Amino acid sequence: MLGRSLREVSAALKQGQITPTELCQKCLSLIKKTKFLNAYITVSEEVALKQAEESEKRYKNGQSLGDLDGIPIAVKDNFSTSGIETTCASNMLKGYIPPYNATVVQKLLDQGALLMGKTNLDEFAMGVLLLSSTLECNGAISARCSLRLPASSDSPDSASQVAGTTGMPHHSQSGSTDGVFGPVKNPWSYSKQYREKRKQNPHSENEDSDWLITGGSSGGSAAAVSAFTCYAALGSDTGGSTRNPAAHCGLVGFKPSYGLVSRHGLIPLVNSMDVPGILTRCVDDAAIVLGALAGPDPRDSTTVHEPINKPFMLPSLADVSKLCIGIPKEYLVPELSSEVQSLWSKAADLFESEGAKVIEVSLPHTSYSIVCYHVLCTSEVASNMARFDGLQYGHRCDIDVSTEAMYAATRREGFNDVVRGRILSGNFFLLKENYENYFVKAQKVRRLIANDFVNAFNSGVDVLLTPTTLSEAVPYLEFIKEDNRTRSAQDDIFTQAVNMAGLPAVSIPVALSNQGLPIGLQFIGRAFCDQQLLTVAKWFEKQVQFPVIQLQELMDDCSAVLENEKLASVSLKQ
Amino acid sequence: MAAPMLRWGCRGRRWAFARVDGGSCHRRGAPTGSTSNQIRGESSVAQQPLHTAQKTRKGEHKWAAVVGLEIHAQISSNSKLFSGSQVRFSAPPNSLVSFFDASLPGTLPVLNRRCVEAAVMTGLALNCHINKKSLFDRKHYFYADLPAGYQITQQRLPIAVNGSLIYGVCAGKKQSQVIPKTVRIKQIQLEQDSGKSLHDNLRSQTLIDLNRAGVGLLEVVLEPDMSCGEEAATAVRELQLILQALGTSQANMAEGQLRVDANISVHHPGEPLGVRTEVKNLNSIRFLAKAIDYEIQRQINELENGGEILNETRSFHHKLGCTMSMRDKEGKQDYRFMPEPNLPPLVLYDATSLPAGADPQQVINIDQIRETLPELPSVTREKLVQQYGMLLEHSFTLLNEVGLLEFFQNVIKETRAEPKKVTSWVLNTFLGYLKQQNLAVSESPVTPSALAELLDLLDSRTISSSAAKQVMDVKNRNPRAINKLIGLVRKATQSRADPVMIKEILEKKLSL
Repeated sequence: MLGRSLREVSAALKQGQITPTELCQKCLSLIKKTKFLNAYITVSEEVALKQAEESEKRYKNGQSLGDLDGIPIAVKDNFSTSGIETTCASNMLKGYIPPYNATVVQKLLDQGALLMGKTNLDEFAMGVLLLSSTLECNGAISARCSLRLPASSDSPDSASQVAGTTGMPHHSQSGSTDGVFGPVKNPWSYSKQYREKRKQNPHSENEDSDWLITGGSSGGSAAAVSAFTCYAALGSDTGGSTRNPAAHCGLVGFKPSYGLVSRHGLIPLVNSMDVPGILTRCVDDAAIVLGALAGPDPRDSTTVHEPINKPFMLPSLADVSKLCIGIPKEYLVPELSSEVQSLWSKAADLFESEGAKVIEVSLPHTSYSIVCYHVLCTSEVASNMARFDGLQYGHRCDIDVSTEAMYAATRREGFNDVVRGRILSGNFFLLKENYENYFVKAQKVRRLIANDFVNAFNSGVDVLLTPTTLSEAVPYLEFIKEDNRTRSAQDDIFTQAVNMAGLPAVSIPVALSNQGLPIGLQFIGRAFCDQQLLTVAKWFEKQVQFPVIQLQELMDDCSAVLENEKLASVSLKQ
Repeated sequence: MAAPMLRWGCRGRRWAFARVDGGSCHRRGAPTGSTSNQIRGESSVAQQPLHTAQKTRKGEHKWAAVVGLEIHAQISSNSKLFSGSQVRFSAPPNSLVSFFDASLPGTLPVLNRRCVEAAVMTGLALNCHINKKSLFDRKHYFYADLPAGYQITQQRLPIAVNGSLIYGVCAGKKQSQVIPKTVRIKQIQLEQDSGKSLHDNLRSQTLIDLNRAGVGLLEVVLEPDMSCGEEAATAVRELQLILQALGTSQANMAEGQLRVDANISVHHPGEPLGVRTEVKNLNSIRFLAKAIDYEIQRQINELENGGEILNETRSFHHKLGCTMSMRDKEGKQDYRFMPEPNLPPLVLYDATSLPAGADPQQVINIDQIRETLPELPSVTREKLVQQYGMLLEHSFTLLNEVGLLEFFQNVIKETRAEPKKVTSWVLNTFLGYLKQQNLAVSESPVTPSALAELLDLLDSRTISSSAAKQVMDVKNRNPRAINKLIGLVRKATQSRADPVMIKEILEKKLSL
């Protein structure tokens, strides 16, 4: 049951094959078993069980609220949840319990969804790659280690080695901490697919230290869905934060058009680029969730004015011959791994072989996108973070010699280096003497980047096909060798321009790499043509038959997962 | 939508009264004027005798003063500019605070239609060009009563620009002539008010009240076209009357609904403008005039004594009657303006640009607002002059005194007396009594009907003019007047009547 898609389990609930409470309990027990993944910051067990009880009553009375009634979901910890701690993985908001629900959370609850918990992220969603963090004491590390899978914790040396090797860079090298609750581990690190490949590799000396990052910043949401602890999760997407971890965790990661889904209650990173993202195991599931979320919100003035034609039903495309797929030539960068490049090219071939028109297009301002994003993002961050001053809510230092000293110490204690760094750069760009040269220029470049897409679509292209990430997920130890900004910048490369243009985009898992890890490709659609985009993605998903993650060792009832396992027919595999 | 405040996520802390130090109670660049009334230390500026700026003394250059004003008028609206919280004066502290007003993370601004209409209406009344597209910006600074760390304002493209305000300055021997003057209006912008900080130096803490945080303000920027305190005061009074006539602001200075900052400099005519200072904390029209004249004279004295004027913010201390430097530690502040990303451009329409089939609830039509403009004070005065043959300065007085015009019109309605007589009685006798007793029109013991009746008696020659004035005295509870009556009764009764009883009976008869 846990391995099923949202739509499948929804059907099972309707048919009474399982009750919402049973489903909720299964998910809760899996959340406990996979605690070592660090996917959740807060598990809202009581809330979820109560919601399940109510859902069960509705089913009994034949008053189901729809496809989402009784479905366990998770929400990234930067969405405001009434009565449930919302931290943004920051010391600044530890202990902050909002008095209101984000519009998207409220909409999911109104549809009867069960809120399992709040998922982990990079502090304030900064940094595309979800990475850690403060392994301040050995106690914390051993606690994490003791929760490891039996299969991976049998070596007594492993724990200490992890402690030694992961602890070091924090203090000596990068010093960066991306979320105060530690890094999220990619469930694929523990998959049969990855482990088998690794056994063949003579160089994999230590299993435990080889765990993989999820990507970020919605890594907790991706891990939660990927590890079957829920059926859908909300992420947020500012520069790729939903699509990137989706690609690394073998999921569908959908970023709606800017303005289609309300941001009210989403604790902002960059207001002009943020959108709530959707992480699911298949495209149809994403469409169901989108149907529940999309539409105008009087609390968010940047949402569409007209009501959306609900629900987002995706037709099964039989024929792609009328489609025109654009391949942006600037996305073929030297850093792109040969595996991803090869899959990208095969995907294009697939469309062509089925009769679609595939053409090369140019997005000439792509190369300016990273630096442009940096200026706009840090400027908005500097502004958005100004409210965290220790007065009304959140962390406050003990210093009270003056208001200014209190502000300074509170903010120094509350924010990590990445956040502080962005605040400093942003304030620099906004200074009177720099504003024209940086902020205004970046805005102009943003317009050029957005126009690139408009021109491509005006030339007859329906959707663009691009990679989502440069390569598959890398092990944590490798990842922490680079500083956060370089890492973010590199991995945002295919995703962030979409945010600057406000377009819908979706990452679809395509195949497993030679290492047995998921690789995703991205489709980008015209603004507010989200349904068309997902329809194309659904067709593609059906063609590639991406394999289900095999996490038998994680589950008691392996059979439940196995019974739903699709054959690993990797049609696009090299 | 008053917020359930005690639940706001800060365990074990009384968030409402945030405790901060009392060390820095002056704010630099506060957009809306701090409420701090305290001063630190004694004034180091000795009070100087006031001279008219233009006055020349032998062997000296002539000085000219240049005065510009920034006026913040609180918009009269039921709810705040970007949130649904109520707007009410003197409500219990922190009882009118929405999640947005307290800047809870994730909350977003939603523009209040009424505030936009008020801005358009005010812009039209002040002969402004209304921008069909205007933008919102964030202005950043850290202050305890600004929870978001920025104020949403209209820095780049305000809602109205290039207007003018015509006001009349009294001149002539008896100040009885009114000379019309014009001050250009640079712009009108919509912006949020801040909360209030109450500094308690004794316990070294600051209490924050966010009731005012987020209330809509119209910032009206008057170009430096004025040259003395009186001109500035008259211009502000005229603006106040216009806002009140429009109903866009109650513009009550005592309640902080109208706050004025003055930019002042002096120079020799023909030479470049001098360095200017900004004077804040001007909370009445009288103090405004006093503060400006003081500051002009201070600058002249400073320069004549070889000193220099610093570009600084000064505060007017009304008890000492002088301005004092607010002595900010950090030099000039950079507000790091940035476009407000959560508010799309504010688009207004007129009859020609209104899209067909537009939802009237979703669009604002400038022409439609123009049609609903009420009569402005200048027109009212003109009508008074034409209709009743009064002097222009009389019409000014009628409008300047709160409630006096209405009183006048009610008397006119009920009496047969000549309008000129009514004018004279209302402006001289009646107003004179009120001033003497320090009463507002609304507190007057004489009703319009009573005065009308009196004037009728006068008109029919039933009583004489002096008798009528005595009646006014009595009606106004002038003790001397009633004593006079008591004296008459005693005389008539040959002192047999008890004075106390006479007084009681008289008061009853006069229904005092």
